[in-house]
Amino acid sequence: MQYMIMNYVPAAQADGTLDAQGDMDAWIAYTKAMVDAGVMRGGNALKPGTTATTVRLRDGRRDVHDGPYIDSKEELGGYFVIEVADLDEALQWAARNPAASYGAVEVRPIITA
Amino acid sequence: MAWSPVEAEARRAYGRLVALLASRSGDLAEAEDALADALLAALERWPASGIPANPQGWLLTVARRRSIDRARRRANADLAQAELVRMQEEAETAMNGDAAYPDQRLGLLLACAHPAIDDGARTPLMLQAVLGLTAERMAPAFLVSAAAMTKRLVRAKAKLAGAGVRFETPDPEALTDRLEPVLDAVYAAFTLSRGGEGDDSLQHEALWLGRLLAELAPGEPEAAGLLALMLFVSARPSPIRNDRYIPVSRQDPACWNGVLMTEAEKCLRRAGRFSRPGRFQLEAAIQAVHADRRRRPTTNWTAILKLYQGLLAIAPTIGSHVSRAAALAQSGQPVAAIQALDALDPDWVKAHQPYWATRAFALAAAGEHAQAADAYTRAAGLAEHPAVRAWLLSQRALHAN
Repeated sequence: MQYMIMNYVPAAQADGTLDAQGDMDAWIAYTKAMVDAGVMRGGNALKPGTTATTVRLRDGRRDVHDGPYIDSKEELGGYFVIEVADLDEALQWAARNPAASYGAVEVRPIITA
Repeated sequence: MAWSPVEAEARRAYGRLVALLASRSGDLAEAEDALADALLAALERWPASGIPANPQGWLLTVARRRSIDRARRRANADLAQAELVRMQEEAETAMNGDAAYPDQRLGLLLACAHPAIDDGARTPLMLQAVLGLTAERMAPAFLVSAAAMTKRLVRAKAKLAGAGVRFETPDPEALTDRLEPVLDAVYAAFTLSRGGEGDDSLQHEALWLGRLLAELAPGEPEAAGLLALMLFVSARPSPIRNDRYIPVSRQDPACWNGVLMTEAEKCLRRAGRFSRPGRFQLEAAIQAVHADRRRRPTTNWTAILKLYQGLLAIAPTIGSHVSRAAALAQSGQPVAAIQALDALDPDWVKAHQPYWATRAFALAAAGEHAQAADAYTRAAGLAEHPAVRAWLLSQRALHAN
């Protein structure tokens, strides 16, 4: 089963204002552990939500605005795609995600053909 | 987190009554429904009113009243009538004083760990049936949502009732085998702990069940062995305190709980008198050697390695393999430790955090700094607690160039 692991981090974190080096080492270690365990299928870190642009089409009119789709204290900081046996295993990887202890980590099954 | 005397007494009485009712009806869910409200009421009222003289009679009476209310609401009072009459009679007998209830809790625990029940459901089922723990309370320790835990428990209880599992204590000859999955399930609960403040572990509950089993099955040395093992571990403070991780090997023995350790040693000696060694007795014996550090400064590694050899012969779990390798590395044999770790199936260890932490330690001790740094990174990536991750990354920094 493939799952997407989405890291939601405090918005300030995405600006790189909090303990950048320690945090970076934790992300490198987490990514390495997933690659070495053979579960990693892809993923990316995202630039801060302040760089986002959101687009809607309503009644034929374009609505374009700066900023993330959901305006909240936490924002999507990046994601991983993993392939594991089941949800239990996916949740174990989510619990190891550095963002779990200061943000939130969402796990969603990926629809495969 | 220890229980107050009120909570301990309420749970003691609750488990006995669930066991009693379930052993008669064969329906665990029904027995729990009847008593759940009573347990809550007890936890609310007893702190103020004091523990009643007959806690079981009190719980049974409250359960009876609530059952009548529920039956009225359901408007199928006829169906529940027989059950209610029985409960009423029991409650009256109980309130009248010294009725001796047979303790059916061992039978209940054996049923919860029955082979028909999924491995993953046994531990929560036991904790709920005997201690009245809710799905919400247990779910975090098992890393599932409360809704998923509820579903798991409902399915397991339906299976118990549907498969006609008997709630009874087997003959002494059959007990040893039947007890094994019960002990495994209790130890599983004990090891779910992540350590650290605000820990939602079930360590305290597991220890409670361990004491109960040692009491209910006095002729089973492994029950005493499991209790000894859990007491030894509980006697040491959590390695994570104030968001900092300090490995147990670096703990000052002065901070260990001597009372619990003495109790553990007594327990282990009692088990030893049966001359029927087992997995938990061996693991407890290893802890006993470590615990000796509070009496003399050195650790008897020869004894520990010998015990691990015995342990691996009967319980070759990944945890035992890794712990033995750690003992090799700590006793000045890092190369042997690395060889032992190399021999394990890579697929088995790919996401096992203690394996990578132990490997990193052994490689560092052997002077293989680059490989050690690599293994420390991997161990840090597999760590869940931020304090453990930070400690592993700080160790990595010592060996990275």
